[in-house]
Amino acid sequence: MSHHELDARRLLCPMPVIKTQNQVNALRQGDTLTVICTDPGALNDIPAWCRINGHTVLETREEGHEVRVTLEIGEPSIAL
Amino acid sequence: MTESAPQTLQRRAIALVSGGLDSMLAVKVMQEQGIHVEGVNFFTGFCVEGHTHAIRKKDKDKNKRNNALWVAEQLGIKLHIVDISEEYKDVVLNPKHGYGANLNPCLDCKIFMVNKATLMLNKARELAGEKGFDFIITGEVVGQRPKSQRKETMPIISRESGADDRLLRPLSAKNLPETLPEREGWVDRGQLHDFSGRNRKPQMALAKRFGLDDFAQPAGGCCFLTDESYSRKLADLWQARNERRYELDDIMLLKVGRHIRPAPHYKLIISREEGENRFLEGYRYQFTSITTSSCPGPLALIDGKLASDDELRQAAAIVARYSKGRTDDEVVVEVRDPGGVVRQLPVRPATPDQVSPEWMV
Repeated sequence: MSHHELDARRLLCPMPVIKTQNQVNALRQGDTLTVICTDPGALNDIPAWCRINGHTVLETREEGHEVRVTLEIGEPSIAL
Repeated sequence: MTESAPQTLQRRAIALVSGGLDSMLAVKVMQEQGIHVEGVNFFTGFCVEGHTHAIRKKDKDKNKRNNALWVAEQLGIKLHIVDISEEYKDVVLNPKHGYGANLNPCLDCKIFMVNKATLMLNKARELAGEKGFDFIITGEVVGQRPKSQRKETMPIISRESGADDRLLRPLSAKNLPETLPEREGWVDRGQLHDFSGRNRKPQMALAKRFGLDDFAQPAGGCCFLTDESYSRKLADLWQARNERRYELDDIMLLKVGRHIRPAPHYKLIISREEGENRFLEGYRYQFTSITTSSCPGPLALIDGKLASDDELRQAAAIVARYSKGRTDDEVVVEVRDPGGVVRQLPVRPATPDQVSPEWMV
């Protein structure tokens, strides 16, 4: 189990979600990932993406203009 | 030994999910028949989506959700979002089937997306066998869109995408030839639909039956290329550069601000409000920018090269015209080059008749 960080600053929706998805596909079940974004939309979109794809959001935090979403990777799905 | 047919095997479909009502209904119709559906959503760079609302402050109260994700959650399906923005350039620049009313290459776009889904289906089949996917569905309706969703274009999409009879349109299936999932009995054709034309009443009725009451229905779909003013800005960009090409930053910037081209070799992108201001600020390391320092005003980027100091003064005067000091005798502007070198310049704000309507892109 390991922790990872993804810099998605300055990317606009849906790119932070796409980057998160691609990174998650390369990780293992139980790993954790913190995504750092500047698009406030990520605060809704990344948790929504996690819910529908079976990953768990551990924490969402706003720090100034940045949004940090930490998630735990669930069961892998077929990477299309 | 007789082979027992895997009657209980749940068939699996990939759905093209745009975030609009039709693809949502198409998925519902399949789920009703016990099909396992997963969605795929393609990011072309031209999507009218969350970020456009995220940029503009006045849209702050509008929901900033990504519609495709939201739809997937309502439907209880997985969603794979794929960035195709780079490959998609060829679709926009060289559409084999031409453009619609604006720079929208709808038919080529649909063929491209269904082809992508077909490749995904083949790959998943290779990797996961029966846990892969059996067919593709879309929310297309015969006669709904003048460029791509016509009776005669439907088979073209099936054929040229390579999906062939693995492509099923649940909302219009009864108007179209039988497809593999219908022939094989994976889905019951009798329970599919025969929607056609631009009348949305059947969709509304079906939405009601499924208990769906919150969905996005943008006019012209979910793509900026169907928008006349956006297409005009893109055509202007190509003309000014003397070549038809674009980068992702170009097409993002076309979604933001007032675009004014006082001369063929440069244009100004002037923010209209605080949200756009903040967005354009991110580009100050790539473009020379102008702000007003003696009064509140917009942020403007200069796209192109100014030929002289006179032109710089003209650009500055135009920017000052959109500041709070527009009626003052003098406004001080700050011109900043991408390297961060700043120069102060006092100018008289341009009067309305000094900004030709023809310069507005």
